[in-house]
Amino acid sequence: MTRERIVSLRNPWFTRSVGITAAIAIVAAVVGFVWLPLQHPGERFKSVWDAICSAAGLVRNAAPGTQIVRADYPTTRVEIDPQMLSGASAESIGRGATLALRCTMCHGARGLSQADTPNLAGQYPVAIYKELLDFKTGARVSAIMAPLVADLSDADMRDLAAYYAYLPRVTSSGAAAGEAPPIVTSGAPLRSIAPCGACHGEVDSKASAAWLEGQPAVYLRTQLEAFASGARRNDIGEQMRNVARGMTAAEIDAASEFYARAQ
Amino acid sequence: MWNSRRLVLAHLWFAFASFGAALPLGEWQMFIRSPLHPWISDPEWYYRSVTAHGTTMAYVFPTLVAMGFGYFVTEQALRRPMVGLRWAWLGFALVVVGTIAAIVPVALGRASVLYTFYPPLIGHPSYYIGIVLVVVGSWVWVALMSINMYRWKRDNPGAPVPFPMFATVAGSYLWAWTAVGAALELLFQIIPVALGLRDTIDAGLARVFFSWTLHAIVYFWLMPAYIAYYTIVPRAIGGRLFSDTMGRIAFILFLVVAMPIGIHHAFEDPQIGSGFKYLHSVVTAVVALPTVLTVFTICASVEIAGRLRGGKGVLGWLAALPWRNPVMLGAALSFVMLGFGGAGGLINMSYQLNATVHNTQWITGHFHLIFAGAIVIMYFVIAYDIWPHLTGRTLDSFGLMRAQLWTWFIGMIVLTFPWHWVGILGMPRRMAFYDYTDPAIAPQALSVTMSVIGGAILVISGVLFFIVLVRGQTTLRTEPAVYRFSVAVRPPRTLPAALNGFGLWLGLMVALTIVNYGFPIAHSLATPGTAVPAVKVGERW
Ligand code: HEC
Ligand code: HEC
Ligand code: HEM
Ligand SMILES: [Cu+2]
Repeated sequence: MTRERIVSLRNPWFTRSVGITAAIAIVAAVVGFVWLPLQHPGERFKSVWDAICSAAGLVRNAAPGTQIVRADYPTTRVEIDPQMLSGASAESIGRGATLALRCTMCHGARGLSQADTPNLAGQYPVAIYKELLDFKTGARVSAIMAPLVADLSDADMRDLAAYYAYLPRVTSSGAAAGEAPPIVTSGAPLRSIAPCGACHGEVDSKASAAWLEGQPAVYLRTQLEAFASGARRNDIGEQMRNVARGMTAAEIDAASEFYARAQ
Repeated sequence: MWNSRRLVLAHLWFAFASFGAALPLGEWQMFIRSPLHPWISDPEWYYRSVTAHGTTMAYVFPTLVAMGFGYFVTEQALRRPMVGLRWAWLGFALVVVGTIAAIVPVALGRASVLYTFYPPLIGHPSYYIGIVLVVVGSWVWVALMSINMYRWKRDNPGAPVPFPMFATVAGSYLWAWTAVGAALELLFQIIPVALGLRDTIDAGLARVFFSWTLHAIVYFWLMPAYIAYYTIVPRAIGGRLFSDTMGRIAFILFLVVAMPIGIHHAFEDPQIGSGFKYLHSVVTAVVALPTVLTVFTICASVEIAGRLRGGKGVLGWLAALPWRNPVMLGAALSFVMLGFGGAGGLINMSYQLNATVHNTQWITGHFHLIFAGAIVIMYFVIAYDIWPHLTGRTLDSFGLMRAQLWTWFIGMIVLTFPWHWVGILGMPRRMAFYDYTDPAIAPQALSVTMSVIGGAILVISGVLFFIVLVRGQTTLRTEPAVYRFSVAVRPPRTLPAALNGFGLWLGLMVALTIVNYGFPIAHSLATPGTAVPAVKVGERW
């Protein structure tokens, strides 16, 4: 084998390649971390070091005097994750059944109501739990529900969620619903509306989005209109407000009627 | 001497079989989201298909081609039996098992996460473990390439390592280091969540790790094609390689700078500082250099062939080239696609222009043109060139081969040009449904329909390819002449140590990686509160 030493200052391949690589890296770093950030008219850096930290991606405090915008209404405080409340115990369901005696007069004996109150039977537990908490904190406003949840503890709400989730849903026989309107099957891509089922369970579920099939049409329409007008604003990240705001009145009607029939 | 024949054949057949299975999926995707087909109503099928198509085309197919061709080069270039044949079969087995382990959950809809993994989406663990097995199988190959080269150097002190072997080893080292990013992401971030050991994941850090892999994996796909440009094309058309040294430098440059530039895939990511984005852009510009060197060297080599064949004048040599030779034809078509694709790449690589095409169909158009076009057509050329040496039978359906190469080229242009165009108009990528009745995008219907036609031509071309290969397994047995690679105009007698080994270049590669990636990774690791809840796909609840 050749005796020529590679790592040696006398080997031009070594000195040149390392030199060129280092030169490129250094020049690029000076431009990228110092010169370019300082050219930004919008940024007010206190020092060169400040500019370097910003370019390196460090999280920095907002510049003094920057207004921090906060909502002037109660927002939801529930943190959701997809695995939440899965696998309820029989005891939890039992406790929920007892607590639910207070709810039957409006939501029906087995979670299915005759009036225009939402059905709860077979609802996703996360959706029930979240709504109850939101009623309690005032993030979702309802003069009827608010007093009913006032004295419920967190554990009570989990138990109620487990119980209602355990009850059988209204049996679905697809055919009765007739053909789904386009807003339900395809959404409206150009208005950034995904198909309802992409979040609400027929195609895929997004945590906290409720099962809609079989809900009363009046209830659905009211909720959609409330999201659109901003009267209801407890949805995390405005997920549902963004959908409802883009819907036409005719689409709101069509979707509400369809889901109400789909049972 | 020639004892890895069945090994190479097994790699290539499995590679092409996976390609043949994934090709119709691509066309199905193009078709069902075109105006020719109503909305399939359940996007899950679309993503399931894209995951299968992307995983196969990006991980399985090119890896097996690189491995098979690498084993071929080892014996043919070093002119002695390969060391470690058993290990090579073990590596192959790992790739096969890994592919099956990955594809089964995808087929069942339990891992529709796309080949870029997309955390916090989490699919079935078998999908990720399968991909890890594919990578581990390919690392066996990396080790064997290295061992064979060093044994040969030990036995031939001072002699220049034959260029095809040198280039292959460069490609294998590039891959070994490139795969580390995704391997870290899979082993330390995704698989623990998929197995249920953890339920949150730092998606921003995962994207940084993936970018580590994402750029240079493209060069790994490219390696067999580039090796074929240098070592097969000049010989096949009766010319000589213009410069052996230039070739070595090109591969060395790929090794050093192809990897620490991946953050150009994350220009829009807020968790990475703008300074690092700039650093990566600058090195990205440098990586154009080896491609420019290659284009120059190969054009010069082809010109030599033209002149040796009696071509005269400024352009006369072009006419004198053996255009009916599939290798010539394939390489020329590949260069045309590389030219167009390279021009598009310049747009992606600039920070501001990238913002306009980011996540649009432009990107999918771009990488199909470069990868499925310029690179895959060279995989076909490689297969045509070495097939007789693998099967011991003649491969003489030259007309069919030319038809196959032309249809691949035409199909790819018809597929990707409109694809780029709708991207400029703003059509997002990775979407299952487009509402062409909406006046805002109605005009794009025509372009997408053209792409469907292009895809159909490609499927036909794929069928032709298999006809050629299958015919090649049934023709007359012959004893093919000794396989030869291109010879340089001035074959090197001795080389500076730096051009005959990799120590220096591996050092630079690792150093640049640390400079370009060290801080962003450390910063993500050190910042609390960056993990988000994982979202399991394929589990309805
Ligand atoms: C007096 C009638 C009444 C009683 C009693 C009542 N609810 Fe309600 N509930 C309603 C009405 C009306 C709504 C719809 C509120 C709205 O329009 O925003 C509602 C909404 C809900 C919702 C939200 C449903 C959804 O899909 O978003 C939940 C969950 C709920 N109630 C649970 C309960 C529980 C648990 C109890 C027993 C502790 C209970 N309710 C008792 C009338 C009642
Ligand atoms: C991006 C996901 C997403 C899409 C798409 C979506 N929704 Fe929602 N929707 C939600 C979420 C999340 C909630 C729960 C909001 C909350 O936290 O209270 C919700 C709530 C609702 C509610 C109130 C349910 C209740 O009982 O409280 C209705 C009604 C509704 N959506 C209808 C629709 C319709 C109709 C469509 C299709 C046009 C649709 N949604 C599309 C995410 C979505
Ligand atoms: C008939 C020819 C082909 C057609 C019509 C086709 C079509 C498609 C389509 C429609 C997508 C999804 C794009 C999106 O949703 O944004 C896709 C993705 C992909 N294709 Fe192809 N393809 C073809 C051949 C190939 C070949 C030969 C390769 C590489 C060898 C390839 C590699 C890929 C990869 C890696 C993806 C994954 C992209 C992602 O996850 O976003 N394709 N292809
Ligand atoms: Cu890249």
